[in-house]
Amino acid sequence: MQFSKVSGKKNDHKVTLFALSTCVWCKLTKQFLNENDVSYEFVDVDLLDEEEKEKARQAITSKGGSLSYPTTIVDDKVVITGFRKDKLKEALGV
Amino acid sequence: MTTLEQVRKRAEADAKTYGYYLTPQPELLQGFLEGLKINEDRYGYPLCPCRLTSGKFEYDRDIICPCDYRDPDVAEYGACYCRLYVNKEVYESKNLPEVPERRPLEKQGRAYGIDAAKQAPPQGTQEKPPTPAPATTQAEKAKTEVKKKLWYCKQCGYVVFREDPPYICPICKAKKEMFAEVESKIEFNG
Repeated sequence: MQFSKVSGKKNDHKVTLFALSTCVWCKLTKQFLNENDVSYEFVDVDLLDEEEKEKARQAITSKGGSLSYPTTIVDDKVVITGFRKDKLKEALGV
Repeated sequence: MTTLEQVRKRAEADAKTYGYYLTPQPELLQGFLEGLKINEDRYGYPLCPCRLTSGKFEYDRDIICPCDYRDPDVAEYGACYCRLYVNKEVYESKNLPEVPERRPLEKQGRAYGIDAAKQAPPQGTQEKPPTPAPATTQAEKAKTEVKKKLWYCKQCGYVVFREDPPYICPICKAKKEMFAEVESKIEFNG
């Protein structure tokens, strides 16, 4: 699964974002991370092929996430479903 | 190819028909409509922009906008899952609620090529048809096709041929519980 990497000055957390290219809330999550200068990697799951979609599914569910987008995983343990500014701020300390 | 204006007009007309409003924030609304247009161009139908598709019409049938879950979600939370459609209260307050995913897990799994029948049904689901499905063998379950049935509304007689009955009857607004499967019997004589 090919993640796109976005580098920012704030890189003390590993941030992985599973998104959909068509989804407004996913765009807002990316925008939020960009505005806060957070380093993160993301993948637009709707643009993946079948095999990779399944890998994305496993990556999300293995962390206890539900199959809703956006799903943000911080440091491989905190799973944030949806564009939740409050939860993102808390997990990232921004 | 559908234009953004057509997508907007369709959404506005649908909101009006059902007494809903479109999301009160213009930039969000624009984003939803663009997402719908991209999906319609890509798949041939205006798939929910906030959900993952299987790309197969029969599997996506329930998440074509307006999705099957919109009416119960607006009734319960004041907005649909995307928050494209909202009720008057949400429209006026401009406070968009959090709306959890109502779509059953086994249907979500289809977007990942998972056979719905192989997955354990989620607990507390409302998706159970009113009449229990006949016992099927493992081999039959392995088939990935969607099993469509005839459902009729006991209140107004509306009949629909699809996997599950609608949450709310589009004709008389009766609840899902008012739907029953049409039992048909064919007899051969002679």
